[in-house]
Amino acid sequence: MTAAPSPASFTAFVDAARGLGVRFERLGRHFGTKRVLENIDLSIPAGQFVAIVGKSGCGKSTLLRLVAGLDQPSSGRLLFDGAHDGEALRIMFQEPRLLPWERVLANVEVGLPATVKGEERHERARAILAEVGLADRADEWPSVLSGGQKQRVALARALASGPRLLALDEPLGALDALTRIEMQGLVERIWLEQRFTAILVTHDVSEALALADRVLLIDGGRVALDLDVELPRPRPRGSAELARLEGRILQQLFGS
Amino acid sequence: MSLAELDAPVATSGKKADARGRLDLSSVEARIAGWVLPVLLVAAWEYLSRIGYIAPNVLPAPSAVARAGWQALKSGELAHNMGVSTLRALAGLVVGGGIGLALGIANGLSELSRRYTDTTLQMIRNVPHLALIPLVILWFGIEEEAKLFLVALGVFFPIYINTLHGVRTVDPQLIEMGRVYGMSPFTLFRRVILPGALPSIFVGLRFALGIMWLTLIVAETIAASSGLGYMAMQAREFLLVDIVVLAILIYALLGKLADVLTRWLERTCLQWHPAFQTPAHG
Repeated sequence: MTAAPSPASFTAFVDAARGLGVRFERLGRHFGTKRVLENIDLSIPAGQFVAIVGKSGCGKSTLLRLVAGLDQPSSGRLLFDGAHDGEALRIMFQEPRLLPWERVLANVEVGLPATVKGEERHERARAILAEVGLADRADEWPSVLSGGQKQRVALARALASGPRLLALDEPLGALDALTRIEMQGLVERIWLEQRFTAILVTHDVSEALALADRVLLIDGGRVALDLDVELPRPRPRGSAELARLEGRILQQLFGS
Repeated sequence: MSLAELDAPVATSGKKADARGRLDLSSVEARIAGWVLPVLLVAAWEYLSRIGYIAPNVLPAPSAVARAGWQALKSGELAHNMGVSTLRALAGLVVGGGIGLALGIANGLSELSRRYTDTTLQMIRNVPHLALIPLVILWFGIEEEAKLFLVALGVFFPIYINTLHGVRTVDPQLIEMGRVYGMSPFTLFRRVILPGALPSIFVGLRFALGIMWLTLIVAETIAASSGLGYMAMQAREFLLVDIVVLAILIYALLGKLADVLTRWLERTCLQWHPAFQTPAHG
């Protein structure tokens, strides 16, 4: 990955740092008689990087789908402190979900607002592709890219509209360990530049601790642990402090 | 030392030339491979006719067929009949294929439309369309409408079924992505659903082309006053076996031509598909 080839050209398109805050009020979601989420009360301030961890099927992805508007709550409310239309709120999926019949550049353009036309569309998409280090792959078909490259294109697509809130649904879960670390660095760098609100769902506790300001542990449909991670960035991997926090979260998950 | 240095470039350039030569040969081989068998068959046929093993009133020699073809071409009869047949085939394909495509898309997208029309269509599908010929002659006589109707009915089903299948099996994850990325229903259709269904639609088109010729020739053989099938039937009346054989060979060539055109169309429209990408760049 090239190190930030032209950050200025990209950030020029994005308004000044502004995130979108979210508040959950007694939020619940049931599927039939199964209560996946119950009475969640939470406040995520603008610009915060929140990681949601938990066992498979604990409802963490459901929570994210509610935030992204892909699902509606059964009870309670979800409040945003501003407009939360498609362009302000973007989701990045676990799979890249690129259109295989469009070139990489056109795939990134999917994320641009419809109001951006003509040459400016290409220009902006190119700038974002450069940001994720794939400027030279703009004219390729997605099928020739590696898994990590596809996910970087998906990230570029998610960022194209300059979202105020980015929902990340285990986006790095399917990548190999080294590519994942590289991608974590990329996500952190872009988040530091743009300061959108980020909600990352992950099953990887160390990933949550490497990236997030705050880690939420969901268990049995409730928030079982709400932990602030006040460590300076970039956080060195394998530090004693991270290990201590990881131990605490894992103990909460599996302990007694 | 000097020997090795001198040898190396010579050796590599020699190897390169060799590899290129082999590459050319193998690509030529790949291109003509399909035609080896037909050419051999025709040669054997000519030989057996010349030595008198095959009687000319059973199967005339290829050279005799070629002469008959040349005569028919000179008189303009062949071109006229081929033109008439091709036009009928294409008209039927456009009408039947168009309706099949439209209904396939409608039923693929709308549960309501599918609930109300699919059962009817499946029932009609199981009637052999050539069984309708007597009825069609009663309705339309032996005019153009009869052929158009039969060809359109024949090509309708392969295109309908494959379009429906294609639209219904587009990756739902991509559709969800399109929705949350703010695509309008029309944009979603144009950028996600239609391209996703296209490989399946092409399968339908290739089936349809086969059925198109079959239907047309049968219809022209039974009831027509022009076209290739009519030409063959007329020739039979006057025992012109060479013209009958000529007509059959032309069907084979037209079938191959239609297949080549579809393949070309597929390669152009499905460039993104890994199956249509050259491995050198993949």
